[in-house]
Amino acid sequence: MTPQKRTTTVAAACLVVSMAACVLLLHHIDEIRPQAGVDDTLYINSPKVIQRASLGFNGLMACVYWTRAVQYFGYRHAQNERTYNELAPLLEIATALDPHMIPVYQFGANFLAPAPPNGAGEPARAVDLMQYGIRNNPDNWRLYYDLGFVYYTELRDYKRAGEVFELGSKAPNANPFMKLLAAQMAEHAEDYATARMLWMATYESSTQTDIRQNALEHLRSIKVDEAVTSLQNAVTRFIQQSGRAPASLWELAAAEHLPGIPVDPDGNPYELSFDGQVLVQHPDDFPFITKGTPPGYKRSGLAKFHTKD
Amino acid sequence: MKARIGYIAANTFREAVRDRVLYNLIAFALLLSGAAILVGQISIDIERLVVVNLGLTAVSLFGIVIAIFIGIGLVSKEIEKRTLYTVLSRPVRRWEFIIGKFFGLAGTLVVNTFFMAIGVFAALLYVTHKFSVSDAFILVALYFIVLEFLIICSLALLFSSFSSPLLSAVFAFSLFVIGSFADDLRGFATLTHGLTRWIATAAAYLVPNFSTLNVISAVAHQQSIGAQLIVQNTLYALFYTAVALSGAVLIFERRNLK
Repeated sequence: MTPQKRTTTVAAACLVVSMAACVLLLHHIDEIRPQAGVDDTLYINSPKVIQRASLGFNGLMACVYWTRAVQYFGYRHAQNERTYNELAPLLEIATALDPHMIPVYQFGANFLAPAPPNGAGEPARAVDLMQYGIRNNPDNWRLYYDLGFVYYTELRDYKRAGEVFELGSKAPNANPFMKLLAAQMAEHAEDYATARMLWMATYESSTQTDIRQNALEHLRSIKVDEAVTSLQNAVTRFIQQSGRAPASLWELAAAEHLPGIPVDPDGNPYELSFDGQVLVQHPDDFPFITKGTPPGYKRSGLAKFHTKD
Repeated sequence: MKARIGYIAANTFREAVRDRVLYNLIAFALLLSGAAILVGQISIDIERLVVVNLGLTAVSLFGIVIAIFIGIGLVSKEIEKRTLYTVLSRPVRRWEFIIGKFFGLAGTLVVNTFFMAIGVFAALLYVTHKFSVSDAFILVALYFIVLEFLIICSLALLFSSFSSPLLSAVFAFSLFVIGSFADDLRGFATLTHGLTRWIATAAAYLVPNFSTLNVISAVAHQQSIGAQLIVQNTLYALFYTAVALSGAVLIFERRNLK
Protein backbone atom coordinates (compact mmCIF):
# COMPACT_ATOMS: atom_id res chain seq x y z
CA MET A 1 0.00 0.00 0.00
CA THR A 2 1.45 3.38 -0.95
CA PRO A 3 1.82 6.05 1.74
CA GLN A 4 -0.94 8.11 0.12
CA LYS A 5 -3.36 5.18 0.11
CA ARG A 6 -2.46 4.41 3.69
CA THR A 7 -3.12 8.04 4.68
CA THR A 8 -6.41 8.02 2.80
CA THR A 9 -7.56 4.81 4.48
CA VAL A 10 -6.64 5.99 7.95
CA ALA A 11 -8.21 9.43 7.44
CA ALA A 12 -11.42 7.96 6.02
CA ALA A 13 -11.72 5.46 8.87
CA CYS A 14 -11.02 8.21 11.40
CA LEU A 15 -13.71 10.40 9.84
CA VAL A 16 -16.38 7.71 9.92
CA VAL A 17 -15.61 6.49 13.43
CA SER A 18 -15.37 10.01 14.82
CA MET A 19 -18.69 11.05 13.24
CA ALA A 20 -20.41 8.00 14.72
CA ALA A 21 -18.90 8.80 18.10
CA CYS A 22 -20.14 12.38 17.82
CA VAL A 23 -23.71 11.26 17.18
CA LEU A 24 -23.66 8.84 20.12
CA LEU A 25 -22.14 11.40 22.44
CA LEU A 26 -24.75 14.03 21.53
CA HIS A 27 -27.49 11.61 22.61
CA HIS A 28 -25.85 11.20 26.01
CA ILE A 29 -25.12 14.89 26.36
CA ASP A 30 -28.78 15.77 25.76
CA GLU A 31 -29.77 13.66 28.75
CA ILE A 32 -27.38 15.25 31.17
CA ARG A 33 -27.35 18.88 30.08
CA PRO A 34 -28.96 21.28 32.52
CA GLN A 35 -32.25 22.43 31.06
CA ALA A 36 -31.51 26.09 31.30
CA GLY A 37 -32.48 26.56 27.67
CA VAL A 38 -35.73 28.37 28.21
CA ASP A 39 -34.32 30.64 30.91
CA ASP A 40 -31.67 31.64 28.40
CA THR A 41 -34.31 32.15 25.73
CA LEU A 42 -36.31 34.46 27.93
CA TYR A 43 -33.33 36.44 29.20
CA ILE A 44 -34.74 38.99 26.78
CA ASN A 45 -38.50 38.62 26.92
CA SER A 46 -39.57 41.78 25.18
CA PRO A 47 -40.98 40.98 21.73
CA LYS A 48 -40.02 44.46 20.50
CA VAL A 49 -36.39 44.05 21.52
CA ILE A 50 -36.22 40.63 19.96
CA GLN A 51 -37.76 41.96 16.78
CA ARG A 52 -35.05 44.56 16.51
CA ALA A 53 -32.30 42.11 17.39
CA SER A 54 -33.44 39.66 14.76
CA LEU A 55 -32.32 42.11 12.05
CA GLY A 56 -35.42 41.59 9.95
CA PHE A 57 -35.37 37.80 10.19
CA ASN A 58 -38.58 37.88 12.22
CA GLY A 59 -40.03 34.84 10.55
CA LEU A 60 -37.05 32.68 11.38
CA MET A 61 -36.96 33.89 14.98
CA ALA A 62 -40.69 33.22 15.27
CA CYS A 63 -40.05 29.64 14.11
CA VAL A 64 -37.29 29.29 16.67
CA TYR A 65 -39.46 30.54 19.53
CA TRP A 66 -42.39 28.40 18.40
CA THR A 67 -40.20 25.29 18.31
CA ARG A 68 -38.86 26.11 21.74
CA ALA A 69 -42.39 26.57 23.11
CA VAL A 70 -43.38 23.12 21.87
CA GLN A 71 -40.17 21.55 23.20
CA TYR A 72 -40.60 23.37 26.52
CA PHE A 73 -44.16 22.16 27.05
CA GLY A 74 -43.42 18.63 25.86
CA TYR A 75 -40.33 18.29 28.06
CA ARG A 76 -42.01 19.59 31.21
CA HIS A 77 -45.11 17.49 30.55
CA ALA A 78 -42.95 14.38 30.23
CA GLN A 79 -41.15 15.29 33.47
CA ASN A 80 -44.48 15.50 35.35
CA GLU A 81 -43.95 19.19 36.03
CA ARG A 82 -46.97 21.16 37.22
CA THR A 83 -45.94 24.64 36.15
CA TYR A 84 -45.47 26.10 32.70
CA ASN A 85 -44.61 29.66 33.56
CA GLU A 86 -42.62 30.31 30.41
CA LEU A 87 -45.21 28.97 27.97
CA ALA A 88 -47.21 32.19 27.70
CA PRO A 89 -44.15 34.44 27.11
CA LEU A 90 -42.79 32.03 24.49
CA LEU A 91 -46.07 31.97 22.59
CA GLU A 92 -46.51 35.73 22.89
CA ILE A 93 -43.04 36.35 21.52
CA ALA A 94 -43.58 33.92 18.63
CA THR A 95 -46.84 35.61 17.63
CA ALA A 96 -45.38 39.10 18.09
CA LEU A 97 -42.60 38.16 15.68
CA ASP A 98 -45.02 36.57 13.24
CA PRO A 99 -48.68 37.42 13.91
CA HIS A 100 -49.81 35.12 11.10
CA MET A 101 -48.42 31.94 12.63
CA ILE A 102 -51.78 30.27 13.19
CA PRO A 103 -50.57 26.99 14.82
CA VAL A 104 -49.23 29.02 17.74
CA TYR A 105 -52.69 30.33 18.59
CA GLN A 106 -54.15 26.85 18.35
CA PHE A 107 -51.48 25.53 20.67
CA GLY A 108 -52.18 28.36 23.09
CA ALA A 109 -55.90 27.64 23.13
CA ASN A 110 -55.30 23.97 23.92
CA PHE A 111 -52.40 24.15 26.35
CA LEU A 112 -52.20 27.67 27.77
CA ALA A 113 -55.73 27.80 29.17
CA PRO A 114 -56.28 24.41 30.89
CA ALA A 115 -55.36 24.09 34.54
CA PRO A 116 -52.11 22.34 35.50
CA PRO A 117 -50.85 19.74 34.97
CA ASN A 118 -52.49 19.61 31.54
CA GLY A 119 -51.84 23.23 30.75
CA ALA A 120 -50.43 26.46 32.06
CA GLY A 121 -53.66 27.47 33.79
CA GLU A 122 -53.72 30.93 32.24
CA PRO A 123 -57.07 31.27 30.44
CA ALA A 124 -56.95 35.08 30.58
CA ARG A 125 -53.64 35.11 28.72
CA ALA A 126 -54.98 32.54 26.30
CA VAL A 127 -57.93 34.87 25.59
CA ASP A 128 -55.54 37.80 25.06
CA LEU A 129 -53.47 35.66 22.68
CA MET A 130 -56.54 34.64 20.66
CA GLN A 131 -57.82 38.23 20.51
CA TYR A 132 -54.42 39.36 19.26
CA GLY A 133 -54.56 36.64 16.64
CA ILE A 134 -58.03 37.68 15.52
CA ARG A 135 -56.98 41.35 15.24
CA ASN A 136 -54.14 40.31 12.96
CA ASN A 137 -56.03 37.60 11.08
CA PRO A 138 -59.68 38.73 11.08
CA ASP A 139 -60.66 36.38 8.26
CA ASN A 140 -59.41 33.21 9.90
CA TRP A 141 -62.48 31.47 11.31
CA ARG A 142 -60.22 29.00 13.14
CA LEU A 143 -59.10 31.68 15.60
CA TYR A 144 -62.66 32.54 16.53
CA TYR A 145 -63.23 28.85 17.11
CA ASP A 146 -60.16 28.67 19.36
CA LEU A 147 -61.30 31.72 21.35
CA GLY A 148 -64.81 30.34 21.74
CA PHE A 149 -63.23 27.05 22.74
CA VAL A 150 -61.37 28.73 25.61
CA TYR A 151 -64.49 30.58 26.77
CA TYR A 152 -66.46 27.31 26.72
CA THR A 153 -64.02 24.81 28.19
CA GLU A 154 -62.08 26.87 30.72
CA LEU A 155 -64.03 30.01 31.52
CA ARG A 156 -67.53 28.41 31.23
CA ASP A 157 -68.69 31.70 29.73
CA TYR A 158 -71.19 30.18 27.33
CA LYS A 159 -72.68 33.51 26.34
CA ARG A 160 -69.32 34.89 25.20
CA ALA A 161 -68.50 31.58 23.56
CA GLY A 162 -71.73 31.78 21.57
CA GLU A 163 -70.99 35.37 20.53
CA VAL A 164 -67.52 34.44 19.33
CA PHE A 165 -68.73 31.38 17.42
CA GLU A 166 -71.38 33.57 15.80
CA LEU A 167 -68.75 36.15 14.77
CA GLY A 168 -66.52 33.40 13.46
CA SER A 169 -69.32 31.90 11.41
CA LYS A 170 -69.31 35.11 9.34
CA ALA A 171 -65.62 34.81 8.42
CA PRO A 172 -64.89 33.77 4.85
CA ASN A 173 -64.87 29.97 4.33
CA ALA A 174 -65.98 29.41 7.91
CA ASN A 175 -66.79 25.83 8.72
CA PRO A 176 -70.59 25.37 8.90
CA PHE A 177 -70.34 23.91 12.40
CA MET A 178 -69.50 27.40 13.70
CA LYS A 179 -73.13 28.43 13.29
CA LEU A 180 -74.24 25.19 14.88
CA LEU A 181 -71.94 25.74 17.84
CA ALA A 182 -73.23 29.29 18.26
CA ALA A 183 -76.77 27.93 18.42
CA GLN A 184 -75.77 25.14 20.83
CA MET A 185 -74.16 27.62 23.21
CA ALA A 186 -77.42 29.48 23.44
CA GLU A 187 -79.48 26.54 24.71
CA HIS A 188 -77.46 23.38 25.28
CA ALA A 189 -74.10 24.64 26.48
CA GLU A 190 -73.76 22.13 29.29
CA ASP A 191 -74.86 19.09 27.33
CA TYR A 192 -72.41 16.29 26.66
CA ALA A 193 -73.46 16.43 23.01
CA THR A 194 -72.20 20.01 22.75
CA ALA A 195 -68.92 19.17 24.43
CA ARG A 196 -68.49 16.18 22.12
CA MET A 197 -69.21 18.38 19.09
CA LEU A 198 -66.60 20.88 20.21
CA TRP A 199 -63.89 18.29 20.76
CA MET A 200 -64.71 16.48 17.51
CA ALA A 201 -64.40 19.83 15.72
CA THR A 202 -61.02 20.38 17.38
CA TYR A 203 -59.86 16.90 16.46
CA GLU A 204 -60.95 17.13 12.85
CA SER A 205 -59.78 20.66 12.16
CA SER A 206 -56.32 20.47 13.71
CA THR A 207 -53.22 19.00 12.11
CA GLN A 208 -51.04 19.14 15.22
CA THR A 209 -50.53 15.75 16.83
CA ASP A 210 -50.56 17.03 20.42
CA ILE A 211 -53.85 18.87 19.92
CA ARG A 212 -55.50 15.89 18.21
CA GLN A 213 -54.40 13.53 20.95
CA ASN A 214 -55.62 15.93 23.60
CA ALA A 215 -58.99 16.12 21.83
CA LEU A 216 -59.16 12.31 21.66
CA GLU A 217 -58.56 12.04 25.40
CA HIS A 218 -61.35 14.54 26.04
CA LEU A 219 -63.72 12.58 23.79
CA ARG A 220 -62.91 9.37 25.67
CA SER A 221 -63.51 11.13 28.97
CA ILE A 222 -66.84 12.53 27.74
CA LYS A 223 -67.90 9.00 26.79
CA VAL A 224 -67.04 7.82 30.31
CA ASP A 225 -68.85 10.75 31.95
CA GLU A 226 -71.95 10.05 29.85
CA ALA A 227 -71.87 6.34 30.66
CA VAL A 228 -71.36 6.96 34.39
CA THR A 229 -74.21 9.51 34.41
CA SER A 230 -76.50 7.08 32.61
CA LEU A 231 -75.59 4.21 34.96
CA GLN A 232 -75.97 6.43 38.03
CA ASN A 233 -79.46 7.43 36.84
CA ALA A 234 -80.22 3.72 36.43
CA VAL A 235 -79.02 3.07 40.00
CA THR A 236 -81.31 5.88 41.24
CA ARG A 237 -84.28 4.34 39.42
CA PHE A 238 -83.40 0.93 40.92
CA ILE A 239 -83.30 2.40 44.43
CA GLN A 240 -86.63 4.16 43.90
CA GLN A 241 -88.24 0.94 42.69
CA SER A 242 -86.71 -1.56 45.06
CA GLY A 243 -85.81 0.58 48.06
CA ARG A 244 -82.19 -0.57 48.08
CA ALA A 245 -79.02 -0.18 46.04
CA PRO A 246 -78.30 -2.93 43.52
CA ALA A 247 -75.97 -5.64 44.85
CA SER A 248 -73.93 -5.61 41.66
CA LEU A 249 -73.87 -4.21 38.15
CA TRP A 250 -75.20 -7.59 36.94
CA GLU A 251 -78.33 -6.99 38.94
CA LEU A 252 -78.61 -3.48 37.57
CA ALA A 253 -78.02 -4.67 33.99
CA ALA A 254 -80.74 -7.28 34.41
CA ALA A 255 -83.17 -4.71 35.82
CA GLU A 256 -82.45 -2.28 32.97
CA HIS A 257 -82.45 -5.06 30.34
CA LEU A 258 -78.92 -4.24 29.25
CA PRO A 259 -77.08 -6.78 27.02
CA GLY A 260 -74.21 -7.00 29.52
CA ILE A 261 -72.15 -5.07 32.01
CA PRO A 262 -71.24 -1.69 30.46
CA VAL A 263 -67.56 -1.21 29.79
CA ASP A 264 -65.41 1.89 29.46
CA PRO A 265 -63.67 2.83 26.15
CA ASP A 266 -60.72 0.58 27.14
CA GLY A 267 -63.02 -2.41 27.61
CA ASN A 268 -62.88 -2.48 31.42
CA PRO A 269 -66.24 -2.96 33.15
CA TYR A 270 -67.50 -0.22 35.41
CA GLU A 271 -67.74 -1.00 39.11
CA LEU A 272 -70.41 -0.42 41.72
CA SER A 273 -69.52 0.60 45.27
CA PHE A 274 -71.43 -0.71 48.27
CA ASP A 275 -73.34 2.58 48.53
CA GLY A 276 -74.44 2.55 44.91
CA GLN A 277 -71.76 4.81 43.36
CA VAL A 278 -70.72 3.93 39.81
CA LEU A 279 -66.94 3.91 39.55
CA VAL A 280 -64.38 3.72 36.75
CA GLN A 281 -61.91 0.85 37.21
CA HIS A 282 -58.82 2.79 36.12
CA PRO A 283 -59.53 6.52 36.48
CA ASP A 284 -55.88 7.36 35.70
CA ASP A 285 -56.49 6.21 32.13
CA PHE A 286 -59.09 8.96 31.62
CA PRO A 287 -57.43 12.19 32.63
CA PHE A 288 -60.39 14.47 32.01
CA ILE A 289 -63.31 12.59 33.56
CA THR A 290 -65.41 14.44 36.10
CA LYS A 291 -67.50 11.46 37.20
CA GLY A 292 -66.87 7.90 38.36
CA THR A 293 -63.86 8.58 40.57
CA PRO A 294 -63.79 7.27 44.13
CA PRO A 295 -64.14 9.79 47.00
CA GLY A 296 -60.84 11.49 47.81
CA TYR A 297 -59.31 10.37 44.52
CA LYS A 298 -56.19 12.25 43.42
CA ARG A 299 -54.69 11.65 40.04
CA SER A 300 -51.37 9.85 40.50
CA GLY A 301 -49.67 11.07 37.35
CA LEU A 302 -50.12 13.31 34.40
CA ALA A 303 -52.53 12.90 31.58
CA LYS A 304 -50.71 10.48 29.31
CA PHE A 305 -51.71 10.75 25.73
CA HIS A 306 -51.76 7.03 25.35
CA THR A 307 -54.12 6.97 22.43
CA LYS A 308 -52.09 6.85 19.22
CA ASP A 309 -53.20 9.31 16.51
CA MET B 1 6.78 12.67 12.61
CA LYS B 2 6.09 14.41 15.93
CA ALA B 3 9.04 16.72 15.42
CA ARG B 4 7.85 17.76 11.94
CA ILE B 5 4.33 18.48 13.23
CA GLY B 6 5.85 20.37 16.17
CA TYR B 7 7.97 22.57 13.92
CA ILE B 8 5.01 23.42 11.68
CA ALA B 9 2.87 24.17 14.75
CA ALA B 10 5.53 26.41 16.30
CA ASN B 11 5.97 28.26 13.04
CA THR B 12 2.22 28.78 12.73
CA PHE B 13 2.15 30.20 16.25
CA ARG B 14 5.04 32.54 15.43
CA GLU B 15 3.26 33.74 12.30
CA ALA B 16 0.10 34.48 14.27
CA VAL B 17 2.04 36.50 16.81
CA ARG B 18 3.83 38.35 14.01
CA ASP B 19 0.39 39.14 12.55
CA ARG B 20 -0.30 41.01 15.76
CA VAL B 21 -3.16 38.70 16.62
CA LEU B 22 -2.43 38.99 20.29
CA TYR B 23 -3.02 42.72 20.12
CA ASN B 24 -6.71 41.90 20.31
CA LEU B 25 -6.00 41.31 23.96
CA ILE B 26 -5.55 45.03 24.38
CA ALA B 27 -8.98 45.70 22.90
CA PHE B 28 -10.44 42.98 25.09
CA ALA B 29 -8.80 44.33 28.22
CA LEU B 30 -10.10 47.81 27.51
CA LEU B 31 -13.61 46.51 26.87
CA LEU B 32 -13.73 44.51 30.03
CA SER B 33 -12.23 47.22 32.24
CA GLY B 34 -14.67 49.77 30.94
CA ALA B 35 -17.58 47.41 31.35
CA ALA B 36 -16.60 46.50 34.88
CA ILE B 37 -16.41 50.14 35.95
CA LEU B 38 -19.62 51.07 34.13
CA VAL B 39 -21.54 48.11 35.43
CA GLY B 40 -20.64 48.95 38.96
CA GLN B 41 -22.27 52.32 38.54
CA ILE B 42 -25.43 51.52 36.58
CA SER B 43 -26.63 48.15 37.76
CA ILE B 44 -27.78 46.89 41.10
CA ASP B 45 -27.23 43.32 42.26
CA ILE B 46 -26.30 41.99 38.85
CA GLU B 47 -22.72 43.22 38.55
CA ARG B 48 -21.33 39.71 38.69
CA LEU B 49 -23.89 38.48 36.18
CA VAL B 50 -23.04 41.19 33.66
CA VAL B 51 -19.27 40.88 34.03
CA VAL B 52 -19.30 37.10 33.67
CA ASN B 53 -21.69 37.18 30.71
CA LEU B 54 -19.85 40.01 28.99
CA GLY B 55 -16.39 38.65 29.71
CA LEU B 56 -17.03 35.09 28.61
CA THR B 57 -19.01 36.16 25.55
CA ALA B 58 -16.18 38.48 24.53
CA VAL B 59 -13.62 35.66 24.99
CA SER B 60 -15.75 33.40 22.84
CA LEU B 61 -16.46 35.91 20.07
CA PHE B 62 -12.94 37.33 19.86
CA GLY B 63 -11.56 33.81 19.72
CA ILE B 64 -14.04 32.65 17.07
CA VAL B 65 -13.18 35.64 14.88
CA ILE B 66 -9.44 35.00 15.26
CA ALA B 67 -9.90 31.27 14.60
CA ILE B 68 -11.85 31.92 11.42
CA PHE B 69 -9.75 34.73 10.00
CA ILE B 70 -6.44 33.07 10.66
CA GLY B 71 -7.67 29.56 9.95
CA ILE B 72 -9.03 30.36 6.50
CA GLY B 73 -5.62 31.56 5.35
CA LEU B 74 -3.56 28.77 6.83
CA VAL B 75 -3.36 26.75 3.63
CA SER B 76 -4.38 29.24 0.97
CA LYS B 77 -1.78 31.81 2.08
CA GLU B 78 0.97 29.20 1.88
CA ILE B 79 -0.15 28.31 -1.64
CA GLU B 80 -0.35 31.94 -2.65
CA LYS B 81 3.11 32.76 -1.31
CA ARG B 82 4.45 29.50 -2.81
CA THR B 83 6.00 28.58 0.52
CA LEU B 84 3.92 25.41 0.58
CA TYR B 85 6.00 23.86 -2.20
CA THR B 86 9.16 24.49 -0.22
CA VAL B 87 7.64 22.82 2.84
CA LEU B 88 6.31 19.83 0.93
CA SER B 89 9.59 19.36 -0.92
CA ARG B 90 11.04 18.44 2.45
CA PRO B 91 10.14 15.03 3.90
CA VAL B 92 6.89 16.44 5.25
CA ARG B 93 3.70 14.61 4.51
CA ARG B 94 0.67 16.61 3.52
CA TRP B 95 -1.28 15.32 6.51
CA GLU B 96 1.56 16.35 8.83
CA PHE B 97 1.33 19.84 7.40
CA ILE B 98 -2.40 20.00 8.10
CA ILE B 99 -2.09 18.66 11.65
CA GLY B 100 0.84 20.96 12.38
CA LYS B 101 -1.13 23.99 11.19
CA PHE B 102 -4.04 22.97 13.37
CA PHE B 103 -1.94 22.66 16.50
CA GLY B 104 -0.25 25.99 15.78
CA LEU B 105 -3.55 27.84 15.53
CA ALA B 106 -5.05 25.98 18.48
CA GLY B 107 -2.00 26.90 20.54
CA THR B 108 -2.37 30.56 19.60
CA LEU B 109 -5.98 30.53 20.75
CA VAL B 110 -5.17 28.74 24.01
CA VAL B 111 -2.55 31.37 24.84
CA ASN B 112 -5.01 34.09 23.87
CA THR B 113 -7.71 32.58 26.08
CA PHE B 114 -5.32 32.26 28.99
CA PHE B 115 -4.59 35.98 29.03
CA MET B 116 -8.24 36.85 28.48
CA ALA B 117 -9.21 34.59 31.40
CA ILE B 118 -6.89 36.63 33.63
CA GLY B 119 -8.74 39.72 32.44
CA VAL B 120 -12.15 38.20 33.23
CA PHE B 121 -11.13 37.20 36.73
CA ALA B 122 -9.56 40.60 37.32
CA ALA B 123 -12.78 42.34 36.31
CA LEU B 124 -14.78 39.95 38.47
CA LEU B 125 -12.57 40.65 41.47
CA TYR B 126 -13.03 44.37 40.90
CA VAL B 127 -16.84 44.20 41.03
CA THR B 128 -17.30 41.52 43.68
CA HIS B 129 -14.19 42.26 45.80
CA LYS B 130 -13.67 38.56 46.51
CA PHE B 131 -13.93 35.21 44.79
CA SER B 132 -16.46 32.57 45.72
CA VAL B 133 -16.44 28.81 45.19
CA SER B 134 -18.92 29.09 42.33
CA ASP B 135 -16.42 31.26 40.41
CA ALA B 136 -14.43 28.09 39.74
CA PHE B 137 -17.08 27.11 37.22
CA ILE B 138 -15.99 30.05 35.10
CA LEU B 139 -12.91 27.95 34.40
CA VAL B 140 -15.20 25.21 33.08
CA ALA B 141 -16.93 27.72 30.79
CA LEU B 142 -13.51 28.87 29.56
CA TYR B 143 -12.49 25.27 28.98
CA PHE B 144 -15.63 24.72 26.90
CA ILE B 145 -14.80 27.88 24.94
CA VAL B 146 -11.39 26.40 24.15
CA LEU B 147 -13.14 23.25 22.93
CA GLU B 148 -15.27 25.48 20.66
CA PHE B 149 -12.07 26.98 19.29
CA LEU B 150 -10.69 23.54 18.48
CA ILE B 151 -13.79 22.74 16.45
CA ILE B 152 -13.79 26.08 14.64
CA CYS B 153 -10.05 25.83 13.89
CA SER B 154 -10.52 22.40 12.37
CA LEU B 155 -13.47 23.61 10.29
CA ALA B 156 -11.60 26.69 9.09
CA LEU B 157 -8.70 24.44 8.12
CA LEU B 158 -11.08 22.05 6.35
CA PHE B 159 -12.49 24.82 4.20
CA SER B 160 -9.08 26.37 3.66
CA SER B 161 -7.82 23.07 2.24
CA PHE B 162 -9.98 23.41 -0.86
CA SER B 163 -11.59 26.85 -1.01
CA SER B 164 -10.66 30.51 -1.32
CA PRO B 165 -10.23 32.57 1.88
CA LEU B 166 -13.47 34.50 1.33
CA LEU B 167 -15.61 31.42 0.82
CA SER B 168 -13.88 29.65 3.69
CA ALA B 169 -14.75 32.56 5.98
CA VAL B 170 -18.38 32.47 4.86
CA PHE B 171 -18.65 28.69 5.33
CA ALA B 172 -16.92 28.70 8.69
CA PHE B 173 -18.95 31.59 10.05
CA SER B 174 -22.19 30.10 8.73
CA LEU B 175 -21.44 26.80 10.42
CA PHE B 176 -20.71 28.66 13.64
CA VAL B 177 -24.09 30.41 13.52
CA ILE B 178 -25.98 27.24 12.55
CA GLY B 179 -24.10 25.26 15.18
CA SER B 180 -25.20 27.77 17.82
CA PHE B 181 -28.78 26.92 16.89
CA ALA B 182 -28.14 23.17 16.69
CA ASP B 183 -30.70 22.44 19.42
CA ASP B 184 -33.37 24.33 17.50
CA LEU B 185 -32.39 22.47 14.34
CA ARG B 186 -33.07 19.20 16.09
CA GLY B 187 -36.29 20.65 17.40
CA PHE B 188 -37.32 21.46 13.83
CA ALA B 189 -36.43 17.92 12.81
CA THR B 190 -38.77 16.42 15.42
CA LEU B 191 -41.67 18.45 14.01
CA THR B 192 -41.25 17.01 10.52
CA HIS B 193 -42.21 13.64 9.14
CA GLY B 194 -40.93 10.99 6.77
CA LEU B 195 -37.89 11.64 4.58
CA THR B 196 -37.74 15.32 5.58
CA ARG B 197 -37.35 14.22 9.18
CA TRP B 198 -34.42 11.95 8.31
CA ILE B 199 -32.69 14.66 6.31
CA ALA B 200 -33.28 17.33 8.94
CA THR B 201 -32.06 15.02 11.72
CA ALA B 202 -28.95 14.09 9.74
CA ALA B 203 -28.21 17.77 9.11
CA ALA B 204 -28.75 18.54 12.78
CA TYR B 205 -26.17 15.95 13.81
CA LEU B 206 -23.76 16.91 11.04
CA VAL B 207 -23.41 20.54 12.11
CA PRO B 208 -21.23 21.14 15.14
CA ASN B 209 -23.29 21.48 18.27
CA PHE B 210 -21.96 24.65 19.84
CA SER B 211 -24.99 25.09 22.08
CA THR B 212 -23.90 22.18 24.26
CA LEU B 213 -20.53 23.87 24.77
CA ASN B 214 -22.13 27.17 25.76
CA VAL B 215 -22.58 27.21 29.52
CA ILE B 216 -21.99 30.94 29.94
CA SER B 217 -25.49 31.67 31.22
CA ALA B 218 -25.46 28.75 33.63
CA VAL B 219 -22.10 29.80 35.03
CA ALA B 220 -23.20 33.43 35.27
CA HIS B 221 -26.11 32.24 37.43
CA GLN B 222 -23.65 30.25 39.58
CA GLN B 223 -25.04 26.89 38.52
CA SER B 224 -22.66 23.94 38.75
CA ILE B 225 -21.55 21.97 35.71
CA GLY B 226 -21.48 18.21 36.13
CA ALA B 227 -18.29 16.21 35.63
CA GLN B 228 -20.10 13.89 33.24
CA LEU B 229 -20.99 16.80 30.98
CA ILE B 230 -17.38 18.00 31.02
CA VAL B 231 -16.11 14.57 30.00
CA GLN B 232 -18.72 14.07 27.28
CA ASN B 233 -18.28 17.55 25.86
CA THR B 234 -14.52 16.99 25.75
CA LEU B 235 -14.95 13.74 23.88
CA TYR B 236 -17.49 15.31 21.52
CA ALA B 237 -15.18 18.23 20.69
CA LEU B 238 -12.23 15.92 20.13
CA PHE B 239 -14.17 13.57 17.91
CA TYR B 240 -15.74 16.40 15.91
CA THR B 241 -12.33 18.00 15.47
CA ALA B 242 -11.06 14.62 14.26
CA VAL B 243 -13.91 14.50 11.72
CA ALA B 244 -13.05 17.93 10.30
CA LEU B 245 -9.31 17.28 10.28
CA SER B 246 -9.79 13.88 8.61
CA GLY B 247 -11.83 15.63 5.94
CA ALA B 248 -9.12 18.26 5.52
CA VAL B 249 -6.46 15.55 5.19
CA LEU B 250 -8.48 13.58 2.66
CA ILE B 251 -9.08 16.67 0.52
CA PHE B 252 -5.56 18.06 0.79
CA GLU B 253 -3.98 14.69 -0.05
CA ARG B 254 -5.70 14.81 -3.41
CA ARG B 255 -5.44 18.47 -4.12
CA ASN B 256 -3.55 19.45 -7.23
CA LEU B 257 -1.25 22.23 -6.12
CA LYS B 258 -0.12 23.29 -9.56
